[in-house]
Amino acid sequence: MTEYKFTLILYGLAMLLRQRALRYEAFRDRLKEKNLTAQLRTRDGRVGRWFTLNDGKLATGRGLHANPDVVLSFKTAAIAADLLMPPINQLDQINALKDFTITLEGEEELTNWWTQTMMLTQSVGWKYGIDMGKGVTRYTSMTNGGPVFVYEKDGKILRITPITFDDSDPKPWSIEARGKTFTPPRKTTLAPHGQNWKSMVYSPDRLLYPMKRVDFDPNGERNPQNRGVSGYERISWDEALDIVANEIKRAKRVHGPGAIANSHGSHHTWGNIGYYLSANFRFINAVGMTRVHHNPDSWEGWYWGAVHHWGQSLRVGQCETYGTVEDLLKESEMIVFWSANPDATSGSYGAGEGTVRRQWLKDTDIEIVHIDPYYNETAQMLGGKWIAPKPTTDTALALAIAHVWIAEGLYDKEFVETKTLGFDVWRDYILGTDDGIAKTPEWQEAETGVPAKTVRALARNWGRKKTYLGAGGWGNGHGGACRNATGIQWARIMVCLMAMQGIGKPGVNMGNLQWGTPVDVNFYFPGYAEGGMSGDLHHTAMSVELYQRMPQLPSVNTNEQSIPRLQLPDAILKGKAEGYVWDGKSIEAQFNKISYPKPGYSKVHMLYKYGGSIFGTMSDTNRHVEMYQSPELEFVVNQSIWNEGEAKFADVILPACTNFERPDISEWAALGGYAHHGQTQLNHRLIIFQHKVIEPLGKSKSDFQIFLELSKRLGLAAYFSEGMSELDWAKREFDASDLPKIVKWEDFIRKGYVVLPANPEELRDNVSWRWFYEGRKKDVPEPMPLPSDYTEEYLKGLQTQSGKIEFECQSLKRFDADDQERPPIVKYNPAFEGPANREIMADYPLQMLTPHPRYSFHTQGDGKDTFLNDIEDHRVKVDGRYYWALRVNAEDAAERGIKNHDLIKVFNDRGAVICAALITNRLTRGVVHGYESCAVYEPAGEHGKSVDLGGCLNLLTPPRSQLKKGHSMGSSTAMVQVVPWDGNIQFTRKVREGDAAVITAPVAVAAE
Amino acid sequence: MSKWNLIVDVANCTNCQLCVLANHDEHVGNSFPGYAAEMPKHGHKWINIQRKERGQTPMIDVAFLPVMCQHCDDAPCVKKAENGAVTKRADGIVIIDPEKAKGQRHLVDACPYGAVWWNEEKQIPQHWIFDAHLLDDGWKEPRAVTVCSAGALEAVKTNDADMQRRAASEGLEHLKPEAGTKPRIWYKNLSRFNRSFIGGSVEAAAGDTVDCVPGAAVTLSRNDRQVAETTTDVYGDFKFDGLEADRGQYRVEIKAEGHPPKSLDVTLGDSVYLGEIRI
Repeated sequence: MTEYKFTLILYGLAMLLRQRALRYEAFRDRLKEKNLTAQLRTRDGRVGRWFTLNDGKLATGRGLHANPDVVLSFKTAAIAADLLMPPINQLDQINALKDFTITLEGEEELTNWWTQTMMLTQSVGWKYGIDMGKGVTRYTSMTNGGPVFVYEKDGKILRITPITFDDSDPKPWSIEARGKTFTPPRKTTLAPHGQNWKSMVYSPDRLLYPMKRVDFDPNGERNPQNRGVSGYERISWDEALDIVANEIKRAKRVHGPGAIANSHGSHHTWGNIGYYLSANFRFINAVGMTRVHHNPDSWEGWYWGAVHHWGQSLRVGQCETYGTVEDLLKESEMIVFWSANPDATSGSYGAGEGTVRRQWLKDTDIEIVHIDPYYNETAQMLGGKWIAPKPTTDTALALAIAHVWIAEGLYDKEFVETKTLGFDVWRDYILGTDDGIAKTPEWQEAETGVPAKTVRALARNWGRKKTYLGAGGWGNGHGGACRNATGIQWARIMVCLMAMQGIGKPGVNMGNLQWGTPVDVNFYFPGYAEGGMSGDLHHTAMSVELYQRMPQLPSVNTNEQSIPRLQLPDAILKGKAEGYVWDGKSIEAQFNKISYPKPGYSKVHMLYKYGGSIFGTMSDTNRHVEMYQSPELEFVVNQSIWNEGEAKFADVILPACTNFERPDISEWAALGGYAHHGQTQLNHRLIIFQHKVIEPLGKSKSDFQIFLELSKRLGLAAYFSEGMSELDWAKREFDASDLPKIVKWEDFIRKGYVVLPANPEELRDNVSWRWFYEGRKKDVPEPMPLPSDYTEEYLKGLQTQSGKIEFECQSLKRFDADDQERPPIVKYNPAFEGPANREIMADYPLQMLTPHPRYSFHTQGDGKDTFLNDIEDHRVKVDGRYYWALRVNAEDAAERGIKNHDLIKVFNDRGAVICAALITNRLTRGVVHGYESCAVYEPAGEHGKSVDLGGCLNLLTPPRSQLKKGHSMGSSTAMVQVVPWDGNIQFTRKVREGDAAVITAPVAVAAE
Repeated sequence: MSKWNLIVDVANCTNCQLCVLANHDEHVGNSFPGYAAEMPKHGHKWINIQRKERGQTPMIDVAFLPVMCQHCDDAPCVKKAENGAVTKRADGIVIIDPEKAKGQRHLVDACPYGAVWWNEEKQIPQHWIFDAHLLDDGWKEPRAVTVCSAGALEAVKTNDADMQRRAASEGLEHLKPEAGTKPRIWYKNLSRFNRSFIGGSVEAAAGDTVDCVPGAAVTLSRNDRQVAETTTDVYGDFKFDGLEADRGQYRVEIKAEGHPPKSLDVTLGDSVYLGEIRI
């Protein structure tokens, strides 16, 4: 009976292939691509059918073929019938692969082509996009800057717009507060870099062809010293892929495990399948590569500091934010934006969604305070009281606030008594009973430059009013002061201040209207950090939910060696590195120390660089130049969309295409994992089918396709792709989510987006921290902390040992109670590179702020001759070149004879960068301000010995970790000097003692 | 007759440049015959955001002013155009015909708002066309308006009498009333850009401790006539806004309980922050 069923199915497959070819030209073309014979059979050969393709013609017959090219065999007819009978069960298919009841034999290229052709019988008829008439089709896509409609005509992108909802899309939520109704508009918003995409797609800096460095010969002279110097020649994909695949094999053969490192930026382009945490991870796990372990780059202080006071390790130290938009609008009387500039940073992925809500504040009497050395974009928009401490001194200001609260009894004593631990120890420090220094407003004035009276007035006002603290761009962290040398102290003391004010009380919480909207978070769609098709249960959040919903072959990087990213150059140049890893599983996970090289592993001799350049985003980036020119790196491949930054240091360049040139699926601002329910920074949840709007430009390919082509050369094609295309994977993710409950696949891919309905008011999430304030079990919808991290009962209390907010952190007492950099209570320690360091101040008297950029995103959008060049606050055109903008205080500028738009040299021992001056009163004296993440690195002469014309300010930033027992950038403030540029391009780099000590100190420890 | 107007709220503009970028997106690489030729990739700002910083650290504010073709009802460019190159549509929108306007560089100088841009390569004057090509295709508003998330732009299609009523009730102004061109672009809170303020911070010492003085009554007078009054906030700050720049001498008088009154004479050029005022 089952044999008969399988026979019928095989006959049906033959009919299906014929029918698809008859009906669809695309399928007819597909069948012309290969001449081959594919055999489907039972293992014993009792049932079988062969399919022969010859110039597009299909011949097929029952039984076994004498010389098949591809053989797909099933252990029994019963298994075959089970697996092939629609509807196809993905879990059964995966289990059959794992149990070896299906096997696939043949040449990689042919087997993969055959399985994808069978899949194509399902997808070939799908229709995408909306016909707008006049030859225009409207598609959809998702970007880091928001979801978009993409209008296409004649194979070109005509325009890109935000998404305006139609009548069939659901109505938005509304909040009744203060006698008013607040409701967001029925459209999506964009960040500037989101609106910039057309010029990024068609940028003259697109990498369109595979290329090889002219003086790189894999079989002869490799000339590593010429990386970044010599030019490139166009080669074929076959040649490029052969070189890369051979180098992968060679590195493993000659050097052994660990010899290949994978370094990736945090974003290439959006989409859950083509993402670095998805296709890239599956590939590198399958090959086995040394991980370049990211530091928590935008969250440093929260992760290494705040975690010890309030837990939240799985959120990188930031707290839950549910329901806070409504609570803030209804209950609060004041918001303190502390190093918070959400209207410039768009919540990373939230476009202008928070801006819409913060505009509502203008219709309320909520008082607004901004604490930031720069009168930032959010301050510009909202107004309010501006308090400008010198960069890196915020902790002193916060201590003085706490001093006033203690002295005048302006804090929640009952909360401190019952919900916190160790207040008396910290109080003694503040009052000076332990060190003889009372941390008064007068005391802080010498550190911060903020008048004592202003701090006293702020503290009194704050202590008497129901106040939201919006710290960092998300309101609960992210960016800002947590990324400078004292970022850990700052994030810690933010928690302590909120603990004194009774966090969770109505109107008292963390937030600045960026997170915490009443969208429906119960509807499941995976975020990017859930790993897509990675199969990686260790380094993504896949294990929580996606793995069960979207069965796939697991992937494990058996190579356990890793390098702390900030020390990547040291690992290559000095052969040793040491640091601590970002692992959010528990508070204590951050105490795990890693050393490179790991015993028994090879040092790294090949670098597989994937995605955006990290030259503009890491610190002291001249170190990376030295690394690239080292003979230790025998081979460097760079897979990138644009020829920017470090792409120019590769031996072979693999050109990737943008998300507009490949299919994918994703949700807006859905991070998952470390930023669970990131969609609460949106006014509407939108899930997007990312159409392949145009063909890949030039010879570029999608990241998925590049990895697949390499996989074919490594025998990994079936494992990597599971026989599927990226489109098939997108469909699998659709099926794995809750989407099929509300929309048909065919409708989804046609229209391209789904707006999820908001919860009815009575089903909205509870307000964050309210459960804690009221002494109930946790009742907000987040699956963290993990069960074993509760001390008393599951859901009772916080992740800390006491379950309370700890002023004195027991985790730090356990780990290293004597660590002066991170003592158990938060103290003020002046920055190693800051105003208290008189030696540095003498040479470099200006503090340079390099916050997250406003117009670009990481290196996306900057340079590349895009539209952003025309924005004066981003780049300024002087003598035909677009220079990076650096803001200079008007008096500092006058003193140096600098006028608006003058070219200036910004420099310190580490490097020199030429910028265009923007003269402003938005900075206190002694502070200059330029965004980080410049995409261009363009030394005027020799690397490391000349000024950079590109604007890469991270050439100047300190490489030192915020703390030795961490892996934590403190680079968002550097000491520099600024002078008018005389046109001289020479520069001599010196390694300052502090930098050298930091770079070598851990190595010395390891050597002991 | 229903016509297009655009209301720009200066108080809401954040310089995010989305309107500028949306205009680049629409016109770079695209030509719309009868409406607009392709815009050069760089250099043109058909929507041009100007900036104004007022005051001194730490009492400052910053306003941004998007300036674009004002679609004047009495447009100098229409009058000065040769062979009917610039036309006024029935819906109020002004269009420079990219074919007929070839070589007419004088149209750039004709615009009192600096909103006509010269395309060197194509030898034509160009401007922000209110996305007339899209409106004619059924779009409900120009792209600049749709993309603005800060609520700084609103497109209004209504009859002139209604628009005049709204302008009066909301205090909408024109950019250069003296030009007399009857623009269809209206500005709200324009004072944030073209008016000045006088501000200061009142403090008092008790022993060694200096504190902010909240609740002090502060008056502003000119020529011995009081023009405004206010009260200091918790930081002792006060601010008189909406003053015309370069209007000469003002007197600020501060009265706070328990302190003798204090007065300061101020010469107002641009906005001025008087700093810490000890009473």
